[in-house]
Amino acid sequence: MSYIGDILGGIKTLFTGMKVTGGYFFPNIISRKYVITRQYPDEPAIVFERFKGEVVMWHNENNEHRCTGCQACEIACPNGSIEIIWDRVLNPETGKKVKVIDKHIYHLGMCTMCNLCIQACPTNAIMWSTNFHNSTYDRSKLTKVLNKPGSKLMAGVEE
Amino acid sequence: MILTNFNYFANLIRYFSEGLGWGTGGEILGYIIVAAIYLAFFALAGLFLVYLERRVAAFFQLRLGPNRVGPWGLFQTIADALKLLTKELIGTDRKDKLLYHSAYYIVIIAALLSLSVIPFGHGFAAFDVNIGVFFISAVSSVGVLSILFGGWGSNNKYALIGGMRSGLQMISYELSAGLALLTIVLMAGTLQMSEIVLQQQTGWFIWRGHIPALIAFFIFIVAGTAESNRVPFDLPEGEAELGAGYHTEYSGMGFAWFFLAEFINMFIISAMGVTLFLGGWLSPWGITENLGAQWFWDLFWFFLKVFLMIFLMMWFRWTFPRVRIDQLLTLEWKYLLPIGLINIVLMAILVYFNLVF
Amino acid sequence: MEQIILNTAELKSQEYFLNMGPQHPATHGVLRLILTMDGEIVKNIEPDLGYIHRSIEKQCEYEGYKQIIHLTDRMDYLSAHINNEAVALAIEKGLEIEVPERVKVIRTLMGELTRIASHLLWWGVMGMDVGALTTFMYAFRDREMINDIMEETCGARLTMSYSTPGGVMFDLHPNFQKRVKAFIPHLRKVIPQYHELLTGNVIFQKRMNGVGKLSYEDAISLGATGPVARGSGVTSDVRKFAPYSALDRVNFKEIIYNEGDNMARYNVRMDEMLESLNIIEQLIDNIPDDGIQAKTKALIKLPKGEYLQRVETARGDLGVYIISDGKKNPYRVKFRSPGFSNLNTLIEIGKGHLIADLVAIISTLDFVVPDIDR
Repeated sequence: MSYIGDILGGIKTLFTGMKVTGGYFFPNIISRKYVITRQYPDEPAIVFERFKGEVVMWHNENNEHRCTGCQACEIACPNGSIEIIWDRVLNPETGKKVKVIDKHIYHLGMCTMCNLCIQACPTNAIMWSTNFHNSTYDRSKLTKVLNKPGSKLMAGVEE
Repeated sequence: MILTNFNYFANLIRYFSEGLGWGTGGEILGYIIVAAIYLAFFALAGLFLVYLERRVAAFFQLRLGPNRVGPWGLFQTIADALKLLTKELIGTDRKDKLLYHSAYYIVIIAALLSLSVIPFGHGFAAFDVNIGVFFISAVSSVGVLSILFGGWGSNNKYALIGGMRSGLQMISYELSAGLALLTIVLMAGTLQMSEIVLQQQTGWFIWRGHIPALIAFFIFIVAGTAESNRVPFDLPEGEAELGAGYHTEYSGMGFAWFFLAEFINMFIISAMGVTLFLGGWLSPWGITENLGAQWFWDLFWFFLKVFLMIFLMMWFRWTFPRVRIDQLLTLEWKYLLPIGLINIVLMAILVYFNLVF
Repeated sequence: MEQIILNTAELKSQEYFLNMGPQHPATHGVLRLILTMDGEIVKNIEPDLGYIHRSIEKQCEYEGYKQIIHLTDRMDYLSAHINNEAVALAIEKGLEIEVPERVKVIRTLMGELTRIASHLLWWGVMGMDVGALTTFMYAFRDREMINDIMEETCGARLTMSYSTPGGVMFDLHPNFQKRVKAFIPHLRKVIPQYHELLTGNVIFQKRMNGVGKLSYEDAISLGATGPVARGSGVTSDVRKFAPYSALDRVNFKEIIYNEGDNMARYNVRMDEMLESLNIIEQLIDNIPDDGIQAKTKALIKLPKGEYLQRVETARGDLGVYIISDGKKNPYRVKFRSPGFSNLNTLIEIGKGHLIADLVAIISTLDFVVPDIDR
């Protein structure tokens, strides 16, 4: 009578499967015990500190940064997401010509978050920020200038 | 307390035609009002069932369902219906216009006709014919036509495959479902749905007709799940395989009708199962018979039982994988049909020798 | 006057073409299959590739050696870490430097975690393709735990770019050991539940047993690798015959099943998850402490020659072949992808089955289409 045996064996496996999903359903109804989703806009998202959101430049309270314009990040970037506009000016104290950056342009739309630019920077000028709310309706907003307007190089930073 | 049969809806129609003295015009007005009540119920039930399916699915899948639109997300389906209403009706290029557009009307007609025979409470069946069970079986066959129309008329190979599969599936499983219902009719002795419920006052049929009624109940659940195209038998709309099967090429309101009709079909199958096996609107062991406002308690027990059966069908949906087309037909013709036939003979023997409770 | 057909041999049915097009819920990515069908039975399959070709190999010729690592993440994104490791190992072979022991252990741990994550996603999607829709969410719940581990250490959840030539980018986060040690018993508890839910189910067994048979000879001659070959009895685990990183000091079994049908491939992957857990358990306790980066020059130039490295990704045998002519960009980089050879087997074993079976077969072969068209 393997006919009946097959049927009963099959029904038993079906009940075992239902027991697994039922075991998740009923505690969820009563106390939301196994729910793994978060109500995102109401509860904030959990992001860890090393999360690679976007590249930002560090500024201190006097609006000074540490970027000397050495272009190490621009050379290290694989697909040209960083462009540096720099100029050589005469340093009045030492009398030598040094590089000063005008703009550090960062194309967030092209960046692949590979970390090579931050690894290459000799002065720790750029770093990761965990901000991921970067979506816009306008693509030109994704081209960012990292150094804030009016900021200058912090004293004592050498190349 | 032995209850007798009466019919609120017939009373309503008689009130308009004879009570107010408006004759045939009043009768037609009564019919229109009854139809409007049923359409309203159809819409509300459809909306609520869609919401219930989404919430139950979410709790099975370790997440919360829609809970933002309205209190506990109850208005979510209304928002969805508004969205579907405003969508552009795109179809395929050289579709067969008559078949394509009549497909979703026919499925609604079949669902509404079946809904009219079901006794929701004492005296609440609108069209209480004395061949109720037979009528529902016949009318659900009309629903098969709509799927075939949709599949062929869409001018799309995927839809055609879905439609053909579904045609095969539904005509095969109607046999088993009909046989399971016949088993109970043998015990009840009548095909009228409200009479069947009234006969269960001494005990529900699933208890009174012990072994054959239990086997018939299992067969009915399996065949009913296949009739309403739900997993594990949802090949016609096999989502991973064919896109969306027979309703691939429908958008906006056409799709909304198919979608609603699937849920109402599920409701009808559950309602039939409840009426014939689980005692309809009767309370278990008569616990609320002596409280007042019987109409409320009847509706309450009926909907509670129907929603329990619907929950069971949803539980199947979110647990089991899909069967293949040849395994589906093997299941029907080699397993369910022989067992169903032997079951009928067994029930006939038990009824003849008075061995049922 | 119509002719009455007396026997079915006179009925001519026509074979028709069905296009399982690039956008389809069941082909795992943009894969176009042109099926020749007779009724519902598939007579011939012709894959049409190239919808996601991004010329990764050509792009590698314009970038320095440190910069080709981030491109390999996007090839087979479910085993991203193992791809990175492959390229880093090939470059280290060329430079002939010895990485610290800590780096080897970290790379192996991350690799095995990635393998478990890939197999979990495969299981979830397998359930979805066959019709059981809750398996997806259960698998992703476990995969979230692995993603959290990755995010804390590497900073990204999917495309990590974590290995560099000579070491790894960041050191392990202090919470790493704690999280991994909490994850191992959780997975050991839920995998039997998954077997109860899907594997033991009678409907699933009927759909998997005996379907899509790949014989031993066919597996070898068509070039199948990974779990596809191991499900047909071929012993082909790169971790066993050419171990790399810390894999030569761990004990693990190679999972072989002999039947060659869908169920065998399924079982191979489910058991591989448990074996990976064993490997992680053996390595997690003593991670040596000798630095995370070997000394390399800032601008890497490989000496002239050809360098090959094979690794075992979750899909099979990935080969990285670098030809260098002494300059700072490689002359040619070739990736031998496991998915491309496994796609060959689909053409053989898909014939004669129904569409529903075809979907299940594609699911057990576990393609990631960006791996097939790089």
